[in-house]
Amino acid sequence: MAADKARKETIGAVRRSFAPWTDPTKTPLIRFENVVKRFGDFTAVDHVSLDIYEREFFALLGPSGCGKTTLMRMLAGFEEPTEGRLTLAGEDLAGVPPYRRPVNMMFQSYALFPHMNVEANIAFGLKQDKMGKGEIDARVEEMLKLVKLEKFAKRKPHQLSGGQRQRVALARSLAKRPKVLLLDEPLGALDKKLREETQFELMDLQMDLGMTFLIVTHDQEEAMTVADRIAVMNNGVLVQVAPPSVIYEQPASRYVADFIGEVNLIEGTITQASHDETRISSPVTRFPLVVAQTVACKAGDTACIAIRPEKLRIALEPPADPSENLFEGEIWDIGYLGDLSIYHVELACGQRIKVSQPNLSRMVARPISWDDKVWVTFAPHAGVVLT
Amino acid sequence: MAMAGEKGRGRWFVIAVPYLWLLALFLAPFLIVFKISLSQDVVAQPPYAPTLDLAQGWAGFTEFLSGLSFANYGYVLDFSNEFLEAYGSSLIIASISTVLLLLVGYPIAYAMARAPRSIQPTLLMLVILPFWTSFLIRVYAWIGILSQEGLLNQALLALGVIDTPLEILNTNLAVYIGIVYSYLPFMVLPLYAALEKLDLTLLEAAADLGCPPAKAFWTITFPLSLPGVAAGALLCFIPAVGEFVIPDLLGGSDTLMIGKSLWTEFTVNRSWTVSSAVAVLLLLVLVIPIVVYQNIQQRELEAGK
Repeated sequence: MAADKARKETIGAVRRSFAPWTDPTKTPLIRFENVVKRFGDFTAVDHVSLDIYEREFFALLGPSGCGKTTLMRMLAGFEEPTEGRLTLAGEDLAGVPPYRRPVNMMFQSYALFPHMNVEANIAFGLKQDKMGKGEIDARVEEMLKLVKLEKFAKRKPHQLSGGQRQRVALARSLAKRPKVLLLDEPLGALDKKLREETQFELMDLQMDLGMTFLIVTHDQEEAMTVADRIAVMNNGVLVQVAPPSVIYEQPASRYVADFIGEVNLIEGTITQASHDETRISSPVTRFPLVVAQTVACKAGDTACIAIRPEKLRIALEPPADPSENLFEGEIWDIGYLGDLSIYHVELACGQRIKVSQPNLSRMVARPISWDDKVWVTFAPHAGVVLT
Repeated sequence: MAMAGEKGRGRWFVIAVPYLWLLALFLAPFLIVFKISLSQDVVAQPPYAPTLDLAQGWAGFTEFLSGLSFANYGYVLDFSNEFLEAYGSSLIIASISTVLLLLVGYPIAYAMARAPRSIQPTLLMLVILPFWTSFLIRVYAWIGILSQEGLLNQALLALGVIDTPLEILNTNLAVYIGIVYSYLPFMVLPLYAALEKLDLTLLEAAADLGCPPAKAFWTITFPLSLPGVAAGALLCFIPAVGEFVIPDLLGGSDTLMIGKSLWTEFTVNRSWTVSSAVAVLLLLVLVIPIVVYQNIQQRELEAGK
């Protein structure tokens, strides 16, 4: 217990203060410099510049076909950039074949060698390095222990469950202690519960081993959970690179706001853009909207306010606080999820917005119900203006 | 119940068809050949004795049984006759041919499996194409290529590679060329099937773990193609052992193969009984690789589960 607590404190300390990307004296481990990859006429990766730092858990997130896997495969050496430069620890990777790169990859399909048992699969990479037999055996044992598969050493891949195979793939890719571990949709084949458990295990593992992890995923929850920073990609372009909380709370564009989580987009016109405050008038409400944010726009420009469902509040009575932004509407639909309820509110103009509220008490004297006339409010610092 | 009965009968029928087929066209002829191999040659019609005379009843049957003997097998297995040597020589020629077929067929199958998907059907077609011409004509064509004044010698002489024509036709070399040429599709197709379904991400994984491509071939690709190697080898080895046409047309008088011995025994010596014994023994020799092959297939099926 004491060891657990000590470990938790050190991890906590590291996690709290870990932000090498804000430190200009740090040199990145991996640098993509204006990297372009074309397949015939199709541009899979379009002028991507990206720095990834040592010990970072970095996620590439985007819909399928956005270029995230191509970006990772260029780092592994399976694809060569059409243009631009890719360096790892200062070394230019151009022309370096995959078998000479100090990175290892965990494949989406796991790509376990079907004719070798678990032990031989894990030892495969070590044997390529001409490591001594005793040393290989020791490392394989250590890896089996790490992924808790000691009892399955002699099994062939087809005799294992999906979760066990995933662990073998992980052990195999970690065995050589690569500078960077690449994870291509590593948890895609697992069921939800196992996936969530494994996400936390991956985080702890990355912390304990002190390695740099680069994960490719289309699952935003997974990226948010595990990563120190997320790069959101779309159509081969990096849309935003930031820590999860920034991606969620300060999305750089409508695309990011809409891709990560649920969002209500309220279109309008800027009436006043002053220091620390932007006023917007919108056809969806007769009240002026205020967002506590400085924007590089002037009065008369169109803009939109992105507001997350959980940052809206819903009530049957108008609010007492006059600083709150205000919408009037009618309940269109209610989704009761147990821990929270999702209200679809139709505003006067016909636009529907989503409001989610935690169900804080078991009984409510007068619950909000269908066709109720309601007041939806949000604080000036709850929304984000996107231009 | 009526439904179940009909279903049961339908299933019985489906299973029965191949078994009846095997019974009528394999087991019955085999039993006849086996019976002849236990008989003695006579100058009569048919040219062997005893024959079963049902008119004499039980006495006729016991007389028939007492007339059968394994004497022909003793004759075939006698070292002073050339049969054992012919069996041995056939097995050696078939083994060497199978190795040669593997060496020629593997690169072809590998190149086909790695070719762009769009041209693979065409390549497959090209492998099968020679089957559209008669086997006999294709073997005859090789006489024209390999003979002293043949195309090959003429070409080599014209190019100045050789001064005197090579003697290839009527040697064992010509038999190897003939067998490799004729049986190549039987080697290429199972190898292609095995190589084509190989997951290429396994090779990426091997490269990722530090294994250069040439080594990855021997540690990943080749072991995973072994079922195809086994299938191709047996599909070529089994018919090659009993091959008659190729050694007869392309081989020399000293090319000893059991198919040729059987032919000579049957047509020249006119001994139905000895040639039947040769055939039965040949079948026994070939049953061994067939059983091995089925074992491998069974294991592969179980591994695939």
